Amino acid sequence: MREITLSQAVNEALAEEMRRDPTTFIIGEDVAEAGTPFKVLSGLVEEFGTARVIDTPIAEPGFMGIAVGAAMTGARPIVDLMFGDFIFLIMDQLCNQAAKTHYMSGGKLTVPLVLRTNLGATRRSAAQHSQSLQALVAHIPGLKVAMPSSAYEAKGLMKTAIRDNNPVVIFEDKLMYQDKAPVPEEEYLIPFGQANVKREGRDITLIGTSSMVQVAEKAAELLKADGIDAEVIDPRTIVPLDEATLLASVRKTSRAIVIDEGHQSYGVTAEIASRLNEKAFYHLDAPVLRMGAMDVPVPFSPALEDLTVPTPERVAANARKLCAGEMIDAA
Amino acid sequence: MATTSKKGKTNSEAYLRMYRQMVRIRTFEDNANQLYLSAKMPGLTHMYSGEEAVAVGICEALTDSDRITSTHRGHGHCVAKGANFRAMFCELLGKEEGYCRGKGGSMHIADQSHGNLGANAIVGGSMGIATGSALRAKMMGHDDVTVCFFGDGATAQGLMYEVMNMAALWSLPVIYACENNGYSEYTKTEEIAAGSITARAEAFGIEAFKVDGQDVLAVNDLTQKLVARCRKGEGPFFMELDTYRYHGHHVGDINREYYRSKAEEKDWKENRDPISRFRAMLVSEGIAAEDEIEAINAEIARDAEDAVAYALEAHYPDGSEVDMHVYAD
Repeated sequence: MREITLSQAVNEALAEEMRRDPTTFIIGEDVAEAGTPFKVLSGLVEEFGTARVIDTPIAEPGFMGIAVGAAMTGARPIVDLMFGDFIFLIMDQLCNQAAKTHYMSGGKLTVPLVLRTNLGATRRSAAQHSQSLQALVAHIPGLKVAMPSSAYEAKGLMKTAIRDNNPVVIFEDKLMYQDKAPVPEEEYLIPFGQANVKREGRDITLIGTSSMVQVAEKAAELLKADGIDAEVIDPRTIVPLDEATLLASVRKTSRAIVIDEGHQSYGVTAEIASRLNEKAFYHLDAPVLRMGAMDVPVPFSPALEDLTVPTPERVAANARKLCAGEMIDAA
Repeated sequence: MATTSKKGKTNSEAYLRMYRQMVRIRTFEDNANQLYLSAKMPGLTHMYSGEEAVAVGICEALTDSDRITSTHRGHGHCVAKGANFRAMFCELLGKEEGYCRGKGGSMHIADQSHGNLGANAIVGGSMGIATGSALRAKMMGHDDVTVCFFGDGATAQGLMYEVMNMAALWSLPVIYACENNGYSEYTKTEEIAAGSITARAEAFGIEAFKVDGQDVLAVNDLTQKLVARCRKGEGPFFMELDTYRYHGHHVGDINREYYRSKAEEKDWKENRDPISRFRAMLVSEGIAAEDEIEAINAEIARDAEDAVAYALEAHYPDGSEVDMHVYAD
């Protein structure tokens, strides 16, 4: 199978859906000729024109609100938010307006829009361009949240998101844009709420989101040398969450580590760990461990920044302790 | 009213409809207020009474395919855009037959069948939505126009300037209608608004108009012109409508002399009431006789009483609906 980058996969998904559905359009800062700073959208304005690939002023709440109104009246906007950190700027339009409109109208109005944005530290971009804020939006009923872990997921989840009748937030890891993966030539969609068991194992379950799936896979390789057989699961979407697949795995392995690049406290790892504790407690041989980013603003200095995120080595070290029955001070 | 004498009786049907719609709003609000005062309505609400000529003058220049966005003080917009009393009172009382199945209430009432995209409890929160509706119209080649209602208080929100900038850059068919009732909640507008409100729109190259918001014909004439120009691609536009809210910020805001005098309220009610002024004109121009006017008023009062009685007896939504409509299929 051919291999393409995550950036190309997103680009293909957008182009295919925009050809299929004339009500779709892209709106955001420097999305047209510039194709975004990450060049993910290169070539789209040439095919679809500036009427459907719309450059905006630097006004995130404004273009987010405009997308909500367009979605409520029959269009399918794809909003490009240049950095995930800017979610704080659009919170009212995303969480008070887009997320609640369908419910508040008793099901009469819908807001079919996609918010494309990113996450991920270790790009030396410091505290306002490095955050992973998926927990904030996952907390709000009415929003769906997808976290692709490779080019394959990025394309399939994006196409599903565009066809969904709800506001969907997609977080792409900005360090993965140039990572290649096998992506079929023929069309495919990845349904929401279906986790992917990336690697089967008997001894411990490693649940990772986005690039943390790669971290988990590398950790599993390290553990193999120690005779520990780790299962790796990618939930693909955290809202909706495929709880059944996660629970089935943990009931089999009896141990789990949940890995996500958002801050650890009150985060995605906490939510998933809590559900496993509530519903698989009597199958567990060890506490379910959370591994998120440190609870510090992301520092600039490489010497400091690299300490803040989960690594394969740290995941493997914690997994060894869990399998050996040792308690862990996760913080 | 200079605008009326020129038209004479040729528009009498439209005039009577405007009169009727203004009385419907006032009657709706009087009943809603009574429901609050008699503790029959959950929560609280914000009365539109006094501002009827704004909603009616504007909405009578629109069709059902034209959209509006509304505010926390939104009952008037909802009635003016064509909603019926029964589904509105049911919504205010949280009943299953409400426009939003009781999930929105007074501050989120929406009636998409008549193009009302909904009231909004975030001050200024719907400005993006209105502008986006206009972007959709232009992009899809539809000729509908969107009117964004908001108050003077909302002119302090940054979102307004972001979306007006884009609406002007892209020539969108949207009309920003600023209902300046003189008060931003419990604060005089002059204390929260520096400079001129219309000048802010003009800074973006948007044509802005000031109009007497108590004169339904003046509002309607201006809106008709602007809607026609929007349909020709000449939008956006901005209107500042000088008006007054008779009640407090909300129904519970009773003792308000610390920010607004009773003399001032009396002056607006006695000398500038949009309904009494229009009624006097209809009679003096021979468009309707006093007894016809009284008959209209009585019919609307009965309609409201029936709707209130119906809503009070109507069913609450079943508990199973609590997690319905979080996500669309």
